[in-house]
Amino acid sequence: MQEYINLFVKSIFVDNMVFAFFLGMCSYLAVSKTVKTSVGLGIAVIFVLTITVPVNFIIQNYLLSPGALSWLSPSFAEMDLNFLSFMMFIAVIASMVQLVEMIIEKFSPALYNSLGIFLPLIAVNCAILGGSLFMQEREYPTVVHATVFGLGSGVGWAIAIIGIAAIREKMRYSNIPGPLRGLGISFILTGLMALAFMSFLGIKL
Amino acid sequence: MDMKEKESLFSTKNKKLIFNPLNVDNPITVQVLGICSALAVTAKLKPAFVMALSVIVVTALSNLVISLIRNGIPPRIRIIVQLTVVATLVILVDQFLKAYVYDVSRQLSVFVGLIITNCILMGRLEAFAMANKPWQSFLDGIGNGLGYSWILIALGFVRELFGSGTLWGYTVMPQAFYEMGYKNNGLIILPPMALILVGAIIWIQRSRTPELIDKS
Repeated sequence: MQEYINLFVKSIFVDNMVFAFFLGMCSYLAVSKTVKTSVGLGIAVIFVLTITVPVNFIIQNYLLSPGALSWLSPSFAEMDLNFLSFMMFIAVIASMVQLVEMIIEKFSPALYNSLGIFLPLIAVNCAILGGSLFMQEREYPTVVHATVFGLGSGVGWAIAIIGIAAIREKMRYSNIPGPLRGLGISFILTGLMALAFMSFLGIKL
Repeated sequence: MDMKEKESLFSTKNKKLIFNPLNVDNPITVQVLGICSALAVTAKLKPAFVMALSVIVVTALSNLVISLIRNGIPPRIRIIVQLTVVATLVILVDQFLKAYVYDVSRQLSVFVGLIITNCILMGRLEAFAMANKPWQSFLDGIGNGLGYSWILIALGFVRELFGSGTLWGYTVMPQAFYEMGYKNNGLIILPPMALILVGAIIWIQRSRTPELIDKS
């Protein structure tokens, strides 16, 4: 159990998607103008990451990695389909996003109305594909690890976007030099936030 | 478009497609597309250069392919079609890098794969290739790839020079500097400085071209 908590905390603070790997920066910068919308997008990202990372984990371990197909027939033991992983991951993500959208629409119209426009955007958010690719690169041992990692990364991303949105709302009352207004200052703010997050380096429970 | 006389391959309009993205329509600093990879791979010049080259190849070719088949793509499934084309090209680039420059490919780690979701690609495919002819789309792809590249290479240059005192892996900071007490700036290799440097590039660019300044 401790191992999972450790992984969870690590993927939120130390390996933060935005501050340590710059993933999902496009939507992070584009949607962080108000806190309300960024909360919506943050929740959607948590949701999709928690679902797609374990699904891709299963695909990776039972279909793609070298020898993974041996459960089907011993003659496939030599098979290495790793080169297909980008294609598989992106297909899973795109279809999962579609599926999640349909399920939410059916069972919780209120949530759908607040998330609606963000869900399709998420298919091309690099944080989502990044989550799956990191899962592949770091070779997590079990599907539970992968789920915890997905959840943690999502929460980390959500914290980052909600934080910057709150700061940007305040920035409206500050006197910023013209050329820095908007995009420039957001970058510098993100840099400063990333500096702050670096203090979590080496944290261990 | 179809009504017009056949225009030359490098007419003024076509040149604009290449040169606008370098400055006033830069994918990173103005359109805010494809930031993720721009920051993560630029701690050293070499990976930045390889990444830039890969992105140029993928943007140009995917724009070309999508533009060629744009009239046959049903609008409802166009995102999937675009992703499939891009993913195929990225797999090719990834396998190529693994075969010929394996060490760089290790350094780039997941970021080659992330070209698939690089917003430059989807942005240009949606905004340009779906509505324009193949040659123009190809040029647009090259232009945006180049606009992305120069920022990447500039960042890689500054970060490697001041962060590790080397360029392309060769030491360039004279030993005499270190003897006088000069130190490499370790902070500049870390992620936060990349963000602040991009902020600085945007600042410089917008001071020089005031029409880009955010009015709100």
